Amino acid sequence: MKLAESVLSGNRLALSRLITQVENNTPEGLEALGSLFANTGRAHLIGVTGAPGTGKSSLVNRLARHYRQVQAGRKDTSVAIIAVDPSSPFSGGALLGDRIRMRDLSGDPNVFIRSMASRGSLGGLARSTSGVVQALDAAGYDIILIETVGAGQAEVDIARLAHTTLVVEAPGLGDDIQAIKAGILEIADILVINKADRPGVENTERALRSMLDLSYPVRRSFRGGNLEKVKAKDESIWQVPIQRTVATEGTGIQELSELISRHKAYLVETNEWERRDQERLESELENLIRLTLMRRFRSTVEDDRYREIVSRLISRSISPHQAVAELLGGLNRGNGDHPV
Amino acid sequence: MDERKIRVLIAKPGLDGHDRGAKVVARALRDAGMEVIYTGLRQTPEMIAEAALQEDADAVGLSILSGAHMALVPRVLDLLKTNGMQDVKLFLGGIIPDEDVPELKAMGVMGVYGPGTLTDDIINDIRRAVFQEPSPE
Repeated sequence: MKLAESVLSGNRLALSRLITQVENNTPEGLEALGSLFANTGRAHLIGVTGAPGTGKSSLVNRLARHYRQVQAGRKDTSVAIIAVDPSSPFSGGALLGDRIRMRDLSGDPNVFIRSMASRGSLGGLARSTSGVVQALDAAGYDIILIETVGAGQAEVDIARLAHTTLVVEAPGLGDDIQAIKAGILEIADILVINKADRPGVENTERALRSMLDLSYPVRRSFRGGNLEKVKAKDESIWQVPIQRTVATEGTGIQELSELISRHKAYLVETNEWERRDQERLESELENLIRLTLMRRFRSTVEDDRYREIVSRLISRSISPHQAVAELLGGLNRGNGDHPV
Repeated sequence: MDERKIRVLIAKPGLDGHDRGAKVVARALRDAGMEVIYTGLRQTPEMIAEAALQEDADAVGLSILSGAHMALVPRVLDLLKTNGMQDVKLFLGGIIPDEDVPELKAMGVMGVYGPGTLTDDIINDIRRAVFQEPSPE
């Protein structure tokens, strides 16, 4: 409880410690997060994803700087950044290097940057990223920028977490077939072509634009597995814009931030904001149930028995499905057979 | 509850630009299963203490080849303390004359690792210090 109160009072060390507890999934962390949950839901969550080397970190740095510039007649906007980098599948260690591009933000007490290792998750975020977002949200940050690991085609978890998803491309990375594949381009609310001072930028923009032409205009909610087609001129549908930027020089950042504000206004006007919130919380609930059931199941099976079944699996004397049946069958027989 | 990962911040304060050693250490700690936050070149003590706070680092490694260690280290230690992070283990690499080592250790530096150090020694020292295990000797 004390940790949660310190976080609410603006103690940055408490916030940092809470994030560690959330990452490590400790009982203290979960308890504090639980008592903070009522204070969440206020921040604008902006996801930034794209292939490695497209300039996500530099773009996040520039956007944060832009939001931190005090503008006349606007209230001070505080910014938190979560930057996720991959964990090694072998050692479990990680080299988190996104701060290198964010040194401009150092020394500003209203900016909080936290690097996270993905810790085995494959969707571009860590399993606990949404918990960390809640902690930062409760701590009162107005804007939370979430940078995913360098993502390929299928790392789309960010779209479930963020209100506004930026997909960052750079010239020379793919052709028009890449652009119509399912996956990462589909989740963009705003497409950013960074490094737009490089040759090939026209081709990249043309490929992305023709991809958008093919897919316009649909409402991105799923009904019976189909995208819902709507009339071409339906003003209530968000038309994905393409913005060129050169993050290292700050070109296009003002325009990008205007697009982000427009997207937020659109979400609020059309009640998409609540709908996304609802979808996010529902999918988080499902994930938690899955994890909790998995843990609960593992605590009912003795290690020796588990290993024995695994070794029979490896020697091909049972199939993976049979192994599951045997393990879960054991669970169904009740605790008497396998005392914990 | 999940396994606790050791988080180490690696930084290069001051103006020299040779970060090979810092990168070698960062990579070795990564391979030892730690989460290494690499902040890059030309960090001020303020930037380092701030990053250590935001990242909730268990240990901070500074690579100093400029000879400014007797000025930089006390400043970083002070700022860490001001931030409430007096428990963070600070270690050094780079070019540090032997005669300065006792004074640095007296200030609270966990270890000083010059050229030729085995990365395993650094890894073991960090693990021991962070998990508060007694030293084997």
